[in-house]
Amino acid sequence: MNKILENIRAAVPALSQQVYGKPLVYLDNAATSQKPVQVIELVNMMNSKLNGNVHRAMHYLSEQSTMLYEQAREKARQHINAPGRENIIFTSGATAAINLVASSFSCKFLKSGDSVIIAGDSHHSNIVPWQIACERAGARLKVIPVDDNGRLEIERLDSLIDSRTRLVAVTHISNVLGIVNDMEKITEIAHARGAKVLVDGAQGIVHAKVDVQAMDCDFYAFSAHKIYGETGSGILYGKSDLLNQMPPYMGGGEMVETVTYEKTTYAPLPLKFEAGTPNFIAAASLAPAIDFADALDSGEWGIAVKEEEDAILAYLPDALREIEGLTLYGTYGKKIPLFSFSVEGCNSSDIAQMLDKLGIAVRSGQMCSEPLMNRYGVTGMVRASFAPYNTLEEAVYLADSLKRVVKMLR
Amino acid sequence: MTIQETEEAIVGEFSVFTDWMDKYEYIIELGKSVPPIAESARNEGNLIKGCQSRVWLDCSYSEGKLYFSADSDAIITKGIISLLIRVYNGQSPKDIVESDLSFIQKIGLQENLSPTRANGLVSMIKQIRAYALAYMNK
Repeated sequence: MNKILENIRAAVPALSQQVYGKPLVYLDNAATSQKPVQVIELVNMMNSKLNGNVHRAMHYLSEQSTMLYEQAREKARQHINAPGRENIIFTSGATAAINLVASSFSCKFLKSGDSVIIAGDSHHSNIVPWQIACERAGARLKVIPVDDNGRLEIERLDSLIDSRTRLVAVTHISNVLGIVNDMEKITEIAHARGAKVLVDGAQGIVHAKVDVQAMDCDFYAFSAHKIYGETGSGILYGKSDLLNQMPPYMGGGEMVETVTYEKTTYAPLPLKFEAGTPNFIAAASLAPAIDFADALDSGEWGIAVKEEEDAILAYLPDALREIEGLTLYGTYGKKIPLFSFSVEGCNSSDIAQMLDKLGIAVRSGQMCSEPLMNRYGVTGMVRASFAPYNTLEEAVYLADSLKRVVKMLR
Repeated sequence: MTIQETEEAIVGEFSVFTDWMDKYEYIIELGKSVPPIAESARNEGNLIKGCQSRVWLDCSYSEGKLYFSADSDAIITKGIISLLIRVYNGQSPKDIVESDLSFIQKIGLQENLSPTRANGLVSMIKQIRAYALAYMNK
């Protein structure tokens, strides 16, 4: 391992531990990422010194925590190039952000006979909220299919959209297939037909440069914990005119302007959508988390990470295919280092369970994407998802361990 | 053999393993040695669906004793099933209801019975107990 990667790994304490007497090889980053020191320290510091509720009190702790909360909002705004503070809403995560839109947008804009289109490579968080919204409104739900190689068939979008399509909900990068979808193309097609676009950026925020204005999406959702932040916070980006027209999602807390028993007027954006006490410590952790993500993407760290990622992408697919009966999913186009596979004659949970005892953390089963499992005719897959702090050595250890495990299982 | 005697025998057999891979090798062997459940019993009614693996459980009752056959599409799950069947087969409904399956923890496999595993084993044990309760009053 080169010196620079050693430094990166040293900044993430969880990576240097042993499990079952073996060095931890953490390859479940698509589920959640490990935290760098600066995130852990901020969370500890706020819990021990600055635990004051945000946006309300006239005292020091509240002022300081509000400042850190708003700094994180500004950091997130810059990171995705949103026009202003009012476009950045703190939620409890990507799922909550999507549910907010599915509820509020649909309440205002989705009527009986309308339709919503979702992408066939979605996880449940970008499927179920739309099913609920469509059922409520009496609207139709349609799906953009994926092909055998995992490619989202974007060329079908135009014919799926009808005059009653109000929104297209897509996935920037699928948590199962790891393919970077062409968001600009999708927003162009959808907007030409008058439909709005929501992008699920749960994986996209980690592995792609996100510029919401260049992408021209109407909503972009992501979670803090997948991009090295604390669990329990996330961001909904939305265009101002839409957010202003949408009714509040939840009531209470600082989302109001004036309240009487007869009528309540709401606070301006973004607080209108931040009812109750937000998870302000997790939200504040987004600032050091994004700093860490930026550091991984620039300077000598950036060069080392890119080289290692290219080496993993060049090595692992072929190494995995050496295993007889192994099928890799999502092989089309631009890939992130995320590898989902099934092995003939081996159950995915057996594989994951045995890899675990060799120190390797992977995901198995349906991965919150049951329709996608059905699409490929499997009951589950194994997924190894890499982060910038993972190494080629770990990829080699995964391939060798997998060979050993498959041999035992057959 | 009583349930407790069988449990103790299993704990003894597992005590020789110091390495996880050796332990899994043995469980896999057990899983492979279980004859597949009869095709007629591999039906929706007997299916216990988990996110990670599926389990089929069939139960029969004869002269005051319960007999089980089970299958899974995951071999480690199937290996653990074979241990459960060894413990419960030919036992009375009352003894099954009163058993606590402490051997699972003693051989280090309790994580497989965690509800978050969603491998069907927890539901399978519940189902076995439900059968036992149902037959207890017969």
